[in-house]
Amino acid sequence: MRGMTARFTKSLAAAAIASGLAWPSLAQAEGDTIKIGILHSLSGTMAISETTLKDAMLMLIDEQNKKGGVLGKKLEAVVVDPASDWPLFAEKARDLISKDKVAAVFGCWTSVSRKSVLPVFEELDNILFYPVQYEGEESQRNVFYTGAAPNQQAIPAVDYLMSEEGGSVKRWVLAGTDYVYPQTTNKILEAYLKSKGVADEDIMINYTPFGHSDWQTIVTDIKNFGSAGKKTAVVSTINGDANVPFYKELANQGIKAEDIPVIAFSVGEEELAGLDTGPLVGHLAAWNYFQSVDTDANAEFIETWRAFTKNDKRVTNDPMEAHYIGFNMWVKAVEKAGTTEPDQVIDAMIGVSVPNLSGGYSAMMPNHHITKPVLIGEIQEDGQFETVWQTPGLVPGDEWSDYLPESKDLIADWRAPMSCGNFNVATGKCGGKGIN
Amino acid sequence: MPVFRILRLMFLLIAVMATPARADDAVLKVLLNGLADANSFAAIEKTVAEIAATGDPNAERALDALSSGDLYVRKADKAVFIGKRKGGGYLLSDPLTGEDAGEAKRAEVEKIKVNNTLRRVVRDAIGGLTLASSDPRARLSAAETIFKSGDPDAIPALDAAIARETDANVKERLTEARASAVLKSDAPVAEKTAALETIAARGDRDALSLIKSYEAGAQGELKDAAAAAIAKIEQTLALWAAGQNVWYGISLGSVLLLAAVGLAITFGVMGVINMAHGEMVMIGAYTTFVVQDLIRQYSPDLFDWSLPIALPLAFLVSAAVGLVIERGIIRFLYGRPLETLLATWGVSLVLQQAVRSIFGPTNREVGNPSWMSGAFQLGELTITWNRLWIVVFALVVFTLLLYALNRTSLGLQMRAVTQNRRMASSMGIRTPWVDAMTFALGSGIAGVAGVALSQIDNVSPNLGQGYIIDSFMVVVFGGVGNLWGTLVGAFTLGVLNKFLEPYAGAVLGKIAVLILIILFIQKRPRGLFALRGRAVEA
Repeated sequence: MRGMTARFTKSLAAAAIASGLAWPSLAQAEGDTIKIGILHSLSGTMAISETTLKDAMLMLIDEQNKKGGVLGKKLEAVVVDPASDWPLFAEKARDLISKDKVAAVFGCWTSVSRKSVLPVFEELDNILFYPVQYEGEESQRNVFYTGAAPNQQAIPAVDYLMSEEGGSVKRWVLAGTDYVYPQTTNKILEAYLKSKGVADEDIMINYTPFGHSDWQTIVTDIKNFGSAGKKTAVVSTINGDANVPFYKELANQGIKAEDIPVIAFSVGEEELAGLDTGPLVGHLAAWNYFQSVDTDANAEFIETWRAFTKNDKRVTNDPMEAHYIGFNMWVKAVEKAGTTEPDQVIDAMIGVSVPNLSGGYSAMMPNHHITKPVLIGEIQEDGQFETVWQTPGLVPGDEWSDYLPESKDLIADWRAPMSCGNFNVATGKCGGKGIN
Repeated sequence: MPVFRILRLMFLLIAVMATPARADDAVLKVLLNGLADANSFAAIEKTVAEIAATGDPNAERALDALSSGDLYVRKADKAVFIGKRKGGGYLLSDPLTGEDAGEAKRAEVEKIKVNNTLRRVVRDAIGGLTLASSDPRARLSAAETIFKSGDPDAIPALDAAIARETDANVKERLTEARASAVLKSDAPVAEKTAALETIAARGDRDALSLIKSYEAGAQGELKDAAAAAIAKIEQTLALWAAGQNVWYGISLGSVLLLAAVGLAITFGVMGVINMAHGEMVMIGAYTTFVVQDLIRQYSPDLFDWSLPIALPLAFLVSAAVGLVIERGIIRFLYGRPLETLLATWGVSLVLQQAVRSIFGPTNREVGNPSWMSGAFQLGELTITWNRLWIVVFALVVFTLLLYALNRTSLGLQMRAVTQNRRMASSMGIRTPWVDAMTFALGSGIAGVAGVALSQIDNVSPNLGQGYIIDSFMVVVFGGVGNLWGTLVGAFTLGVLNKFLEPYAGAVLGKIAVLILIILFIQKRPRGLFALRGRAVEA
């Protein structure tokens, strides 16, 4: 009994360290350090994706400290757990900024969590780095969007499939989880496809609830939709857990990538880790980074990551790269501004350019989005992606989609004197205070 | 010198007989090595077309390797080999003969990349090459490939293949493939009409797809014939689609039944509002993961047996956890439903986070054993093996549980305690012990359900949450305290859901089902099969 208790305590302690709870207390005394907030869910539905990002941030901060910190001070991570609860994100963000006095916050995954913290960052004037691909239609002074906007992921993916190399797809299934990111992305894609001459009856849109697990009917529908004699592809904005049963059903019903390819915007190396990818070879994903990217910077990043997590099988993914870019940009901007004061750092951020992991440089643009390459990869048997196509250069993020009537006239430019997140070029007026 | 001439003639004959293969192999080799210089997918595609044009079946091995991404270029001499991973390097073999060709380090070779378009081209090429294969299955798949690609150039080869084919099934497929090729050729109208009939007679999705794409470009008489064929196929397919919906409904129902049957014991029989029920399912799924992980490490041959091995273990683990919960928490809360609800909700959160801390927040891979992968075709119904086995499994679990409740002494005691606790106690039944055993049984069954659900859902700490609402819905709908109610309730909801889904979509379909249940409960508060008796009224 005694032995068991001891072992239990030990594993509890290990768990606490692993989840990073013990981290802040290990750092140096207050005053000497610059605090960085990490606002990622460590429990609840989104923990599956966000925990990795928390670890990635801890690693980046650790590495920066080994290099001597920033402005001669060590960095200190403050980890909080908003528990996949959207209103809690706002509360935790408020705590981080007013109580812990952090210099910047790295966090959020879902769009709804980002929307929930926006007013807090605006009110308390702090910085949020948002690392996930999202639906666009937003530009906020206090937020830097290091993930892909739709034109850096969805549109090039569709372009690829329409090209001869991608299979000259003529018929489209837009399948997504029922919430804001897939809905908006699909709206943009639908408008884009129609502008390319795709007929109404050649587009099928389907939404499913979060965590949907019975895909039999939908996969059969896709199969039937694909038997109209035209090359068909599925564009999947299915999010999170629902992907595993979806791909299992695809594999079991024998839908091969050669016949009906599925291109996903939310499936990365991490999600594939829970799957037998043998039957899925050839299905696609569009990202701005793959673990398989063959550059020295990436090899070093993977090695550091595995050493940091003490797990030589840990995979890396696109949002991790986004944090890597965002964090390095912040460091550079702070050094440029000579202070961590958010107001001055925000102004210093624009134009900052840092190396990304795919062998180029990403720059922060006046609309608070960054430039990125777009990569299309095919799933391989070992659960990795192999790049089959890539944009020739970097694609600048376009926050207001040109394909939606309500946003085609809007632009964002946070440089003085315009300093506006939704400037209407048709009317020549700034449409308000940056929240759409 | 007749002897001399005869000898010379013989030599020549031998040479002629022996060289074609060699000469072709040499040509193939040159073509294959051309892959090393191909620096774009289009260039590789061109080379593949050239290889296919030789019609040499020896190329199959190389093409097969190309499409599965096993073809490598040795950088030193630009020669092409088939490579298999071995440690940090590759084991090379000759792409034509399969002979061993030594080893290479990872940096010495470069993979020839493929994409979907290329894989399709290679598949079609292989189809053309394997028509004359001695294996009927290879011929069948070759026929299917040509049916889909409809290459007019393949007609002479198909004619030859049809003439020598002995297997009736393969012959039929070959005829269909020929018809498909005829449609794309410039054959006369009469021949094309006959081809349309042949394809229409096949009557499946592939045939529909083919005729539809043909109809789009056809004119006059042929367009009408194609439209008629489409109408005919769609009519039969609509019938099959209804059948498919029923099957999907049954399959969803079996999943609901599995998830709910444990709850039918803890909630239905004992009246404990057990919000941690889903976590028992999750624990069962994680037990499966641990078992598979150990099997992968220590005896990979046993992998196909992983589920039968996991079943009793999952039952025991979940039952033990259930026992601890009952003895530790729930027994103090009998008769206080609100506190039970809150306490078990708390337990469910604790269990989720515990699993998250031990196994990590990411999904764990639970593989399908070979007998649960893939699908088979029943007419136009696609039935996946994993769903079929889960239906069978759900019914077996249900039957066993029914037997346990009605035919064993523990079952008798359980029913006695539920119906009249004080009387049962007076008869000498240790009611606390029966309570604990009942709760453990319900939890154990949930664990067993977890083994099955790990095959179709992802194994993550949130697994249970997805099922808890559905489980309660089934039990309440079917009638609390009645196992048969749970059975009928699960299948009714499954089929109902699947018939609503195509019209209303997955989200609205689910909402519609919920509303229907609410209305139904208003009308019959005790569910489909209401228990009657003194205990129930109390």
